[in-house]
Amino acid sequence: MTEITANWKPRSRAQIAARLAMDIPEGWTVNLGIGVPTLVADHVPEGREVIFHAENGILGVGPAPAEGDVNRWLINAGKQHVTLLKGGSYFHHADSFAMIRGRHLDLCVLGAYEVSEKGDLANWARSSDDSAPAVGGAMDLAKGARRLWVAMQHVTREGAPRITKSCSYPLTAAGCVKRIYTDLAVIEVEADGLRVIEMIDGLSFNDLQAQTGAELKRPA
Amino acid sequence: MIDKFSSSIVEALDGLTDGATFLLGGFGAVGQANELIEGVLETGIRDLTVVANNAGYGKVGLARLLKEGRVRKLICSYPRIAGSTVFEELYSAGRLELELVPQGTLAERMRAAGAGIPAFYTPSGAGTLLMEGKETRTFDAQEHVLEEALHGDVALVEAWQADRWGNLTYRAAGRNFNPVCAMAAKLTIVQTQHVCELGELDPEAIVTPGLFVDRIVHIESGDPQG
Repeated sequence: MTEITANWKPRSRAQIAARLAMDIPEGWTVNLGIGVPTLVADHVPEGREVIFHAENGILGVGPAPAEGDVNRWLINAGKQHVTLLKGGSYFHHADSFAMIRGRHLDLCVLGAYEVSEKGDLANWARSSDDSAPAVGGAMDLAKGARRLWVAMQHVTREGAPRITKSCSYPLTAAGCVKRIYTDLAVIEVEADGLRVIEMIDGLSFNDLQAQTGAELKRPA
Repeated sequence: MIDKFSSSIVEALDGLTDGATFLLGGFGAVGQANELIEGVLETGIRDLTVVANNAGYGKVGLARLLKEGRVRKLICSYPRIAGSTVFEELYSAGRLELELVPQGTLAERMRAAGAGIPAFYTPSGAGTLLMEGKETRTFDAQEHVLEEALHGDVALVEAWQADRWGNLTYRAAGRNFNPVCAMAAKLTIVQTQHVCELGELDPEAIVTPGLFVDRIVHIESGDPQG
């Protein structure tokens, strides 16, 4: 693994979410996965109206409720208590997934174990004989949303790249990821490979390439 | 006079048999008919197939049914959640068969069953481990998987309000899978928090029309815990 000697500091989870939120335009309807993606809702720039969808049947998901003001019937897909914004609506699961699978969502943001240079996503199982597998809505969201962006750490805790030539974990969907936001960079998945859009301050292209398991193209 | 209300859980659950397939509404701890599920436990039936998004929380409802060994097979999208210890123990011990289904496919398979559609193609899950061995077909240069309708013998539903015709409303995220379960089973049994007079529910606001409902029991179970 690469010796880290340069004077750069990786983005925190909140900073990854905030960076991604900057790129969501006014008026989009967005589904957020569990983990770093959930934090995106807290970082939408003030004055910009973005509608959040929860696959358990909510459009117009608002922030967490104040203590003492919890509606125990109102949870998001991560089973956290949330609020409903003015204009929000409830619907059943088949309608909720018709929104997803019918390509009505502008964007879905998911976490990942791995993303390949072709935009393949692995985020639901760590092996083919997982001791307690769970898939949830990941496969529907990966195929159904108009755009899929991933928010994740650039490398594993052990320092191994999460962006690779091909995924070693079971796939959620092939060729579905359009953009990757990590603690080190923003990377676009293009038809002929991975293009770096932006790197954090102080990080060189070579440093980034050394922590990536697939070939990167320099920023245009 | 049409009156679908039963006077007790025992009466509402009359006639259930071993080997039945149960469709359970609920997502997380919200909107699941826990009292009816525990009533099923009391009936003593076993060898059940259970269709539900999650595999139960803590020690109530579905978790109890699993723990008592009444369930042979679980058809589920997200069994592994905080508090699903009963599921994890049974599954790792090989005492529970699991069919893992993408969440949207799970909902649509039940909707299809209720709508008289025997099977449909979807891109969800195409090319993944979960779909190995399934029939596929290419539309618009994309691989799709053939998914079959998922029928239940019995649906157990939790409603917010019900009238004697079986018209139902739900509460916030408590709606989830309940309306699709209600339409996909031969026998739909509802527990409702509130009872309304016929005509009291706004026709514009009824979510499940009474046609999909067979039996109702009034249970003020209160707010979801968890």
